[in-house]
Amino acid sequence: MKTILVLGAGTAGTAIAHKLRRRLNKDWDIAVVDPSDVHLYQPGLLFLPFGDETEDRVVRSRGSTLRRGITWHKSAVEGIDTEQQRVELSDGQKLAYDFLIIASGSDIRPDMIDGMLGDGWRKSVFDFYTLEGAKALEGALAGFEGGRLVVNVVEMPIKCPVAPLEFAFLADAYFTKRGMRDKVELVYATPLDGAFTKPLASKTLGYLLEDKKIHVETEFMTGEVDSEKNVIRSYDDREVPYDLLVTIPPHSGARFIEKTDLGDEIGFVPTDQHTLAAKKANNVFCIGDATDLPSSKAGSVAHFQADLLTENLLRAIAGKDLEPTFDGHSNCFVETGYGKAMLIDFNYETEPLPGQFPIPGIGPLPLLKECRRNHWAKRLFRLVYWHMLLPARPIPISPTMSLAGKQLSAVAELGGA
Amino acid sequence: MSLESVQRDAEGYLANREDWSKELAQEIAAQLGVSLTDEHWRVVNAARTIEEESGSSPGLRKISKRSETPIKSIYQLFPDGPAKLVAKIAGIPKPKSCL
Repeated sequence: MKTILVLGAGTAGTAIAHKLRRRLNKDWDIAVVDPSDVHLYQPGLLFLPFGDETEDRVVRSRGSTLRRGITWHKSAVEGIDTEQQRVELSDGQKLAYDFLIIASGSDIRPDMIDGMLGDGWRKSVFDFYTLEGAKALEGALAGFEGGRLVVNVVEMPIKCPVAPLEFAFLADAYFTKRGMRDKVELVYATPLDGAFTKPLASKTLGYLLEDKKIHVETEFMTGEVDSEKNVIRSYDDREVPYDLLVTIPPHSGARFIEKTDLGDEIGFVPTDQHTLAAKKANNVFCIGDATDLPSSKAGSVAHFQADLLTENLLRAIAGKDLEPTFDGHSNCFVETGYGKAMLIDFNYETEPLPGQFPIPGIGPLPLLKECRRNHWAKRLFRLVYWHMLLPARPIPISPTMSLAGKQLSAVAELGGA
Repeated sequence: MSLESVQRDAEGYLANREDWSKELAQEIAAQLGVSLTDEHWRVVNAARTIEEESGSSPGLRKISKRSETPIKSIYQLFPDGPAKLVAKIAGIPKPKSCL
């Protein structure tokens, strides 16, 4: 019996385990390692603080998401011996592998910022990247009587890079609906040089920030949360005061990566941009949020990578060379509030462009443009996630990006930026 | 190549990474009001190496760890916004998000 061992049963790990199970015969054991009993649909965490999503719809038991034919080791990882091709678990078991797939995602690390976990944590300082954080924030928003709400991205990379901005857009709509928008000042503090950093997005989407009266504080790298004075302080000693802080803390790879020689300085795994092979060991691959790739840390990326890595593993099993198939493709809905959303589709080389998706000239989903259809597609995607993406049923979207249906002229009009 | 003959984008980032040289970096730094010492070079070289390895311009935490220079010190070395200054001097792209 040969073994493909998958570390982490989140979006990437669960999808690829099922894909491989469908493609490999019984000579192969497909095993996943994950210590947690629950699988969380992370995109739902954006809506939960506003009362538009419920815990029971975003959480399922891990066991129910893993189908027959997948072995689940319910334990944390203690270490990886890439020479002996063995993984040691916290429960003492040692698992041999023929191929290892690291799909252990990324963790939010409020502990990395001075004062973030101080007296204000989950009283006036909240995250929404965890279920606990999103639930606590729901209560805080419901009780908020007005003041400065600051959404702060501490540093890149983060999961779902547009989620903080979507949160600010949804907050504008939420307080408007409650008839108290005039009592709330919305601030978006980012370490980058703008809320939108690509030329076309800055030009075409800047109106969103103006219309929604969101003040943007740029190049703000938070060094400290001072929950006595209710300010965040940057490394260059600027202060942004808040009444309610919605922070996106720094991210790192899974903690066990630090105990191996596979990770970089912040625990992400250096990975070949196109084949998804880990750079520091043989027969080890990495997908999803765990990689150090310049692609977005997003579910769509995990899904496309799972498709393409499955083919590469089958090549490796057949003794063939890996093929550089992954192009950085990402496909994300961006909520803008009031029941509307945009869709963006891009890869390593091509920034999000206007156009139609998935059928050129027809759509039905417009790219880089707000509309209600995109919003409903985003909301309905939860069902696609549970019933198609995780069990690896075919979804008719190409894992590599297509330029068909995209208006390349939009870039040319900007002067080829 | 001298500063006048290389292509830079509207914000001053090098258009072609192969145009980069130590001399050019010094010229760009001087134009940005930074005089490059060994401490600056440690930071700039770390940023270049990480970008080369990973294909994206790194955040300051990663640069700080690789160059063994505290983030606070990087701010002192590049006072007018280290994320942009380091990228411009290192000849690597502007740190971006996906939109």
